[in-house]
Amino acid sequence: MIHSNSVPVLTVQGLRASINGTEILKGIDLTVKSGEIHAIMGLNGSGKSTFAKVLAGHSAYEVTGGSVQFEGKDLLELPPEERARAGLFLAFQYPIEIPGVANTQFLRLAYNTVQTQRGREELDPLEFDDFVREKMKLLDMKSDFLDRSVNEGFSGGEKKRNEILQMALLEPKLSILDETDSGLDIDALKIVAQGVNQIANKDNAMILVTHYQRLLDYIVPDYVHVMQAGRIVMTGGKELALELETRGYDWITENKSSTTGAIA
Amino acid sequence: MSAVLQSLVNQPYKHGFVTDIESDVAPKGLNEEIIRLISAKKNEPEWLLAFRLKAYQKWLTMAEPEWQNVRYPKIDFQDISYYSAPKPKKKLASMDEVDPELLRTFEKLGVPMHERAALAGVAVDVIFDSVSVTTTYKQKLAEVGIIFCSISEAVHTHPELIQKYLGTVVPVGDNYFAALNSAVFTDGSFCFIPKGVKCPMDLSTYFRINTEGSGQFERTLIIAEEDASVSYLEGCTAPRFDTNQLHAAVVELIALDNADIKYSTVQNWYAGDEKGIGGIYNFVTKRGLAKGVNSRISWTQVETGSAITWKYPSCILRGENSVGEFYSVAVTNNYQQADTGTKMIHIGKNTRSTIISKGISAGHSNSSYRGLVRVAPTAEGARNYSQCDSMLIGDQCGAHTFPYIQVHNNSAQVEHEASTSKIGEDQLFYFSQRGIGAEEAVSMIINGFCKDVFQQLPMEFAVEATKLLSFKLEGSVG
Repeated sequence: MIHSNSVPVLTVQGLRASINGTEILKGIDLTVKSGEIHAIMGLNGSGKSTFAKVLAGHSAYEVTGGSVQFEGKDLLELPPEERARAGLFLAFQYPIEIPGVANTQFLRLAYNTVQTQRGREELDPLEFDDFVREKMKLLDMKSDFLDRSVNEGFSGGEKKRNEILQMALLEPKLSILDETDSGLDIDALKIVAQGVNQIANKDNAMILVTHYQRLLDYIVPDYVHVMQAGRIVMTGGKELALELETRGYDWITENKSSTTGAIA
Repeated sequence: MSAVLQSLVNQPYKHGFVTDIESDVAPKGLNEEIIRLISAKKNEPEWLLAFRLKAYQKWLTMAEPEWQNVRYPKIDFQDISYYSAPKPKKKLASMDEVDPELLRTFEKLGVPMHERAALAGVAVDVIFDSVSVTTTYKQKLAEVGIIFCSISEAVHTHPELIQKYLGTVVPVGDNYFAALNSAVFTDGSFCFIPKGVKCPMDLSTYFRINTEGSGQFERTLIIAEEDASVSYLEGCTAPRFDTNQLHAAVVELIALDNADIKYSTVQNWYAGDEKGIGGIYNFVTKRGLAKGVNSRISWTQVETGSAITWKYPSCILRGENSVGEFYSVAVTNNYQQADTGTKMIHIGKNTRSTIISKGISAGHSNSSYRGLVRVAPTAEGARNYSQCDSMLIGDQCGAHTFPYIQVHNNSAQVEHEASTSKIGEDQLFYFSQRGIGAEEAVSMIINGFCKDVFQQLPMEFAVEATKLLSFKLEGSVG
């Protein structure tokens, strides 16, 4: 939802980044204000996921230019754990398995770390158990999931739900959902989208990185950006996603200069 | 990432200090004279001297083993002093009489003996260098007929038991280092649980190597008679030195019918500095004989120290339905090398064994699991389950698994599982993206990895072990 008086959560200017010497991001500009939902679409290899990881601070990528302001801070100066504590959340495309570490233990440590950062009370294991079970209802999750190792042996859908659960627990200012819809059947997609919609409010913001229009049927974006070869080449409203769905991406290359839809 | 890992691992050794106590040190070198000197110093009976000399003769004919996957400069056995003891002023009747310097050492090590004994209900048979200085709780244990004292004391007070059992599980010529130990052992613990007695508390020994250049040759003997049970804890730290110190201990366990012996170790000896200089060479022979029907021998070890670890706590399952267990966590960092594992020798019918081994390697270290499961033709219905997992931190370290399986009975079931994993950048990134720093993440992953073994440790040891691992791997993730 667009609120005219809302403040920028994220301001990206001319961001460039490379991996092993190959430049992937070639000057990205993006402003996200609180209360807004942005979708970034594009073909494989366009740099969408790289953009998400660079914002989160993945060490494999080297930032070679540009600036990122997050909540008034220089984001690029912060190590990844401090970005997270400051309220930046990345829902991973492929959440990694961590054998031997119980999910509940992991979730509680993450939760308490972020709570402490915000000057709030930590929860003991019993309090946390009540709290997390409440949030799990939101995503229709079974309780045995708390005792299992983090993401180990989870189905694709369970992994994605676990990501959204963490998002619900950590109450980030900005959530970046990297291909959250990939690998989900339609029922799981609806549950995940419902969870996301309940978390979204006027004080936080979201960036949905996605390939397909499908997710956007359930989570309606305020802006749709098209990424190509490491740049945002077009920005529009939610109808742009529909247009991409019917026309594909090729026409954009031919009409790079033109933009469709309303730009705020 | 590797930079963070590096800095975490490279914490200086906390227990690196030398206590200044007058030592009674034998001249360097090994010969019959030295063995006679040790025996005389300890006022030993003739049969024990004969035992030592026989071992020495065996040792002379043997060659230092070379099959292990560790590299170290040749040990000069003539450049080692084989006896060192704090000079006792007189027989000590209470803690108040213990040298305050010695007590301070224990404080530094975090072993406030009297309090620890009282609060935790643990009887601590304190070994300082090679001679037992004091034994606590002995009287309480004596009430139920348990003998828990230094082995040199037992030689005088219970010679019939020592003579009956010493060297029956690990014969004097068993291997090079066991033979050396049998010839020159200075002290160690003796524990005897009589028929039908469940030991009411965990028995514990804290070892500490103190005199620079002195070898350390501990000898431990634990016997559980019919229907008896005991849980024994061994914990070790050592001060920092630049010269390598040889340690060759022998531990023998004997369980009669329905007896149960649980032996737990947390080992944190000086591992050398971050360049691999110094550190303890730890060549240990530990073996348990499950002699009686339904007897059980269980080894749990958390190995974090020493420059070289060569250690295979084993079980000989002779009694029908006897059970052998081996739970191990071995952590190596910097230039540490560990070649450790177990042997499960199934002889009796329906004998069962479980092996859970977790190896963690960081820095430039090298860790090997070496295990033998042998099912003799007599071991009808024997079963074994082995699981060997390795975890690598960084890309300069190594992990190896050498399982030997010899099955001579068709009814046996032997299972072996192995895995190797790596604490990867992506795992750490996942943690950090949820606000959790690298050190906490590694500690959580490692503790998860070792959970199956830590569960086997007595409560207070488990807490210690968890902390020790985090401490050992501090700086190894980056």
